[in-house]
Amino acid sequence: MFNYATRRVLSALPIAIIAVTVCFFILRLAPGGPFDGERALPPLVLQNLRAHYNLDQPIWIQYFNYVWRMIQGDFGPSMVMEGFEVSELLAIGLPFTLMLGMTAFIVATIIGVIAGIIAAVNQNKWPDYVLVLAVMLGVIVPNFLMGALLQLLFGVYLRWLPAGGWSGGNWLQLVLPVTVLAWPHAARISRLMRGSMIETLGSNFIRTAMSKGIGERLMLTRHALKPALIPVVSYLGPGLSYLLTGSLVVESIFGLPGIGKYFIQAALNRDYGLVLGTTVFYVMLILVLNLLVDLVYAWLDPRVRFR
Amino acid sequence: MHFGKILGAASLAVGLSLVAITGASAVTLNLHNGGDPGSVDPHKVSGDWENRVVGDYIEGLVTEDAEAKAIPGQAETWDISEDGTVYTFHLRDGIQWTDGTPVTAGDFVFAFQRLFDPATASEYAYLQYPIKNAEAINAGTITDFNELGVKAIDDKTLEITLEAPTPYFVDALMHYTAYPVPRHLVEKFGDDWTKMDNIVANGPFKLVEWVPGSHLRAVKNDMYYDAANVKLDEVYYYVLEDESAALNRYRAGEFDILTDFPADQYQFLKDNYPGEAHVDPFLGIYYYVMNQEKAPLDDVRVRKALSMSIMRDVIGPEVLGTGELPAYGWVPPGTNNYDGAEYMPDWAALPYDERVAMAKQLLTEAGYGPDKPLSLQLRYNTNDAHQRVAVAIAAMWEPIGVSIELFNSEVRVHYDALRAGDFQIGRAGWLLDYSDAANTLDLLKTGTMQDGTMNWGNNYGRYSNAEFDALLAEAATTTDLVARAGLLHQAETIAMDEFAAIPIYWYVSENVVKPYIEGFADNAKDIHRNRWITKSE
Repeated sequence: MFNYATRRVLSALPIAIIAVTVCFFILRLAPGGPFDGERALPPLVLQNLRAHYNLDQPIWIQYFNYVWRMIQGDFGPSMVMEGFEVSELLAIGLPFTLMLGMTAFIVATIIGVIAGIIAAVNQNKWPDYVLVLAVMLGVIVPNFLMGALLQLLFGVYLRWLPAGGWSGGNWLQLVLPVTVLAWPHAARISRLMRGSMIETLGSNFIRTAMSKGIGERLMLTRHALKPALIPVVSYLGPGLSYLLTGSLVVESIFGLPGIGKYFIQAALNRDYGLVLGTTVFYVMLILVLNLLVDLVYAWLDPRVRFR
Repeated sequence: MHFGKILGAASLAVGLSLVAITGASAVTLNLHNGGDPGSVDPHKVSGDWENRVVGDYIEGLVTEDAEAKAIPGQAETWDISEDGTVYTFHLRDGIQWTDGTPVTAGDFVFAFQRLFDPATASEYAYLQYPIKNAEAINAGTITDFNELGVKAIDDKTLEITLEAPTPYFVDALMHYTAYPVPRHLVEKFGDDWTKMDNIVANGPFKLVEWVPGSHLRAVKNDMYYDAANVKLDEVYYYVLEDESAALNRYRAGEFDILTDFPADQYQFLKDNYPGEAHVDPFLGIYYYVMNQEKAPLDDVRVRKALSMSIMRDVIGPEVLGTGELPAYGWVPPGTNNYDGAEYMPDWAALPYDERVAMAKQLLTEAGYGPDKPLSLQLRYNTNDAHQRVAVAIAAMWEPIGVSIELFNSEVRVHYDALRAGDFQIGRAGWLLDYSDAANTLDLLKTGTMQDGTMNWGNNYGRYSNAEFDALLAEAATTTDLVARAGLLHQAETIAMDEFAAIPIYWYVSENVVKPYIEGFADNAKDIHRNRWITKSE
């Protein structure tokens, strides 16, 4: 297993470099540059700006310079957030995005799994229907609308919760963003969990165990849960990367200091350095998460072996 | 900064944000500031959301009163020479940066030299080009910065020499490009002087916290000469570009002032929060440029037909919902140093049917009609309001037989295409940098030859008229304000008679202000320094 993990980590490096390369050149192919604002810059100013960010050199030299510095951990300056280096922006935003994403992930997984089990056990009875309805809401209502609705309901009309912002320690400010982020994720998990639990409950080994007279609770926790979790776990990897990269809308609606919005904003701004830096981070993150999921998967399913 | 520092910086950021912030009796203003400031260095910023922050912590020679009119700032008084080209400023006694270093005339000299230093690559340096040799230094043709027309006579006296008398110069000095910077810190830290650990202030507030994507926080500067009259103890400038979300947070009581709101919510605000929405004339013009280097828009008849068949009256009230006033000329009403009648074409008063008939006639003369329909592409940058205006105008052009293909792209691509001349009709807008007619008329000036290529600057349509250029040049050296206004009026008339571009409406400023906020005075510059704001709860 250790060898397997090592090999996976090593194979991540070429993938990261390929991702950076593709991203680097696609960005440069896009029309417009970081200094094409609403007002034309005097030619000399433009020339100086381009020289300052080494944009006046041949593109392949820029590319090798970038990769060389990146390997040393230097992501260069941001071209639009002039007061910051890319790594500074990531250092400020990444902890927040990770915290928001992980909180939503844990909440969604716990709620999704429990809801899925309840629905499976009560198949085609009212708890099942109520859960189906809640799931539908989470999947159908787009997150920008859900965010605005929750802001209005809990922030403006009821005044129970802050409608946005993050001032460092007020956890109440996280309730609405986490809800918006976690809901669709919990919805999908509960559907997966429900389906696989129903399937597991119908399988021979469960019927054997039941015929031996074990109680329902013991049967669920001891025997059915682990095999039923397998499809859920295989969804968790992509699910978590979706939560971490999908915080864009939530961050923009609630005014949160994460890096999700840089993904889009920096690309629109043609802030080459920031786009590349964010991409590298997400690529590494997703590779690591997928590895973790594979390891958990093997623990759950004895048929999987590492080679 | 390298990878290894990330963890340290992250824990520092978390640590800072956990520090308890407000005292019990502190008066805190929660200001919705919109965009995410990219910098707080007065030589690097360009957005109004950056100006709101920078203008609170640094003060220039001249500063804004509550209505954004010029009043003495760091300079207590100034004298202007007879010929209007030499300004002598006398700095206040006892002014200092928040680290205790005095603010001297040398700081201003240093700041202007840095502004024009080509290496600084300051986007807005051109606003101070009236200063002697500024343009040449900025262009790199003069390399000795001592040639610049800004001199320190002594620590308290600053002399600024201009290229030519400039009636709006005091107004231009309010702009952040004319702010001082702390020489001792810039020399020590370089561009890093604006890091929160290094930064100082000489204005009414000082910056203490900056979380990109979330907020900046400033506290009252007790060393400010007028600190006794500054009523706020603390100001939060919140980043939030989503206008609907910002309105929700305002309604939830989290913001005291909104600096923008969704135009389609104006009626809702008027009905439910009477008196809180402030929609006021703003010095800016929304317009369409037409590419005059290529057929068919090189034909003035086609341009005229397009311009006169737009129902401008309905765009502000109906299409946008915020009642923007229709624009027929090029200089916004209320612009300083511009007395005289507003430009108004004859056809503006005609009924719409007649205008359509005239427009059709013009197109026929130009060779277009049912057999040879005119189809054009209209480009705009992706944005809900721009789209609504474009759709409405395309519909207004249908009756005269012009079919429009709408083409939208993100803002960088849009302006890249406009500058490259890769468009037929394109959406543009201009907010005045200072209140003077030359600031908008310059948009229509013929480009200049530089290193073998024409630099058209912001004149995307590439309108060119020698007489117009000559009038602007003459106005630039005319001291008599009335004569100067006359020349500029003539220039405006020439350009508008030739349909150099299609003015559509004058911008309005859109703010929402809680009833308990005092000192928020509506003004055409939409600048509201927090020094004048009080909060009574």
